[in-house]
Amino acid sequence: MIEALSYGFIQHALIAGVLVSLASGIIGSLIVVNRMVFLAGGIAHASYGGIGMAVFLGLPIFLGASLFAVAAALLVSVLTLKKRERIDTFIGLIWAVGMAIGVILIDITPGYNVDMMSYLFGSILAVSSEDLYFMGALLGVIVAVMLFWYRDILAVSYDSEYAALRGVNVRLFYTLILILSALTVVIAIKVVGLILVIAMLTIPVYIAEKLSNSLAQMMLYSGLIAAFFTLTGLAVSYAYNLTSGASIIVISALGLGLFLLIDKVKRVS
Amino acid sequence: MGVIDVTNVSFAYEKDLVLENISLTVEKEDFLAIIGPNGGGKSTFLKLMLGILKPNKGTVRVLGKEPSKNLSHIGYVPQNTNVNTDFPIKVIEVVTMGHVGSKRPLFGYGQDEIACAMGALAQVGMEAYADYKIGSLSGGQRQRVMIARALCAHPSILILDEPTASIDVAGQRDIYELLKELSKSVTIIVVSHDISVILEYANKAAHINKTLSYHDISNKEKTFPSHARGEHFCEVELLQMLGSKSSCDTSEPGKKWRTKP
Repeated sequence: MIEALSYGFIQHALIAGVLVSLASGIIGSLIVVNRMVFLAGGIAHASYGGIGMAVFLGLPIFLGASLFAVAAALLVSVLTLKKRERIDTFIGLIWAVGMAIGVILIDITPGYNVDMMSYLFGSILAVSSEDLYFMGALLGVIVAVMLFWYRDILAVSYDSEYAALRGVNVRLFYTLILILSALTVVIAIKVVGLILVIAMLTIPVYIAEKLSNSLAQMMLYSGLIAAFFTLTGLAVSYAYNLTSGASIIVISALGLGLFLLIDKVKRVS
Repeated sequence: MGVIDVTNVSFAYEKDLVLENISLTVEKEDFLAIIGPNGGGKSTFLKLMLGILKPNKGTVRVLGKEPSKNLSHIGYVPQNTNVNTDFPIKVIEVVTMGHVGSKRPLFGYGQDEIACAMGALAQVGMEAYADYKIGSLSGGQRQRVMIARALCAHPSILILDEPTASIDVAGQRDIYELLKELSKSVTIIVVSHDISVILEYANKAAHINKTLSYHDISNKEKTFPSHARGEHFCEVELLQMLGSKSSCDTSEPGKKWRTKP
């Protein structure tokens, strides 16, 4: 296994795995505490429309998916402003319609026959240098936003009504959380694929939530736990020649099972 | 001019009036209890005073200004503090949230803000719990933390919505004792169902059921003759006494109500 580390694509995969894990640890924590898991799922699937658009127009895939995902996030933000109680219906719509647009755009792209499965289940072994820059930059932006506006984001997430009374612009921060979620979903698609991205955003967070006393701690733990699962999953996938994204998720699930078991035993004794 | 002046306020969410022509002046030293049936408009009235809602007719003034312009003078304790108890947040972080976002450091919280939050926690007797996770506290303790959060910005008015709704009886008394102590320096307005308890502590009472009737109850013996004998009222009795002006004026001649139209 050690000789594998000398390959460029393996090095890229490892760096991408860590970058995406840290980003999804931070954003996944926000998604979970704000009860937006279904919403993130909707945006993830809608971004398939962006992949289709990028393929059709000959744009970089990351760019197309990012634009589409951010548009979906903004749409959700606008819709929730007016009709909060109908939000699940809108998410279901965005979820399905986005994917449908993607499938059709790929259908009508002449001569295109690249394996679309790589977007459904991830393609971490095909991460380019440009992809890494994009991931690194996004992680940088996320960390900067958290450093500067942690207390506002915390207030909005914990008690948005009270935050509004204290003069925090709830709308702005809610939209910001949605946009960062959309962009994180896009980079996580590269690692585990859009079908599995929700597991990546929630399993480490669930474990971290139990171990944390504060949101910042939860974000840090989530990132570290996600990185551990991702690297372990990659090693397993390399050793047994399995799909990398699925391996990462199965390892995460096993990790969660083990954690719950230990937690239970501790509680009994 | 009172601390809060409500003048001829009417409000409707859609067509039907929830509040009709309400006028009320809250004075600086008041401990005002707002009571009334469910759906009678208590919470709506509260939201008008907080500036969350705007009246259709009439005016609400907090220290002479629009409520939304004077937010830093109002401390607010919302109704349901038992939601979101899984949220990973420390007591001190919840309290610090009470600061209004004017001057603040580039990152995180300032030394003075932490010190101020600890002071607020000390006021409600919870300073030992500053680093506890909020979900690990009991309902009564959490309510104290929420009161500390409201006190954090040094408000001159403290507004509480059903502060004892999910707390056991002993805990309720503790909360009211705390409010009584605080009322020496802060104007207190409490919306509550537990009227038999609240009326022991409050010195003014407003009964809201679309319209408002207002009573000075600072002299308990005079207001509630049975109280002097150490008896407790049942809520129906109280609501009857406070709810309709006519019963105060005619059917119970021994009582001197100071009602306000």
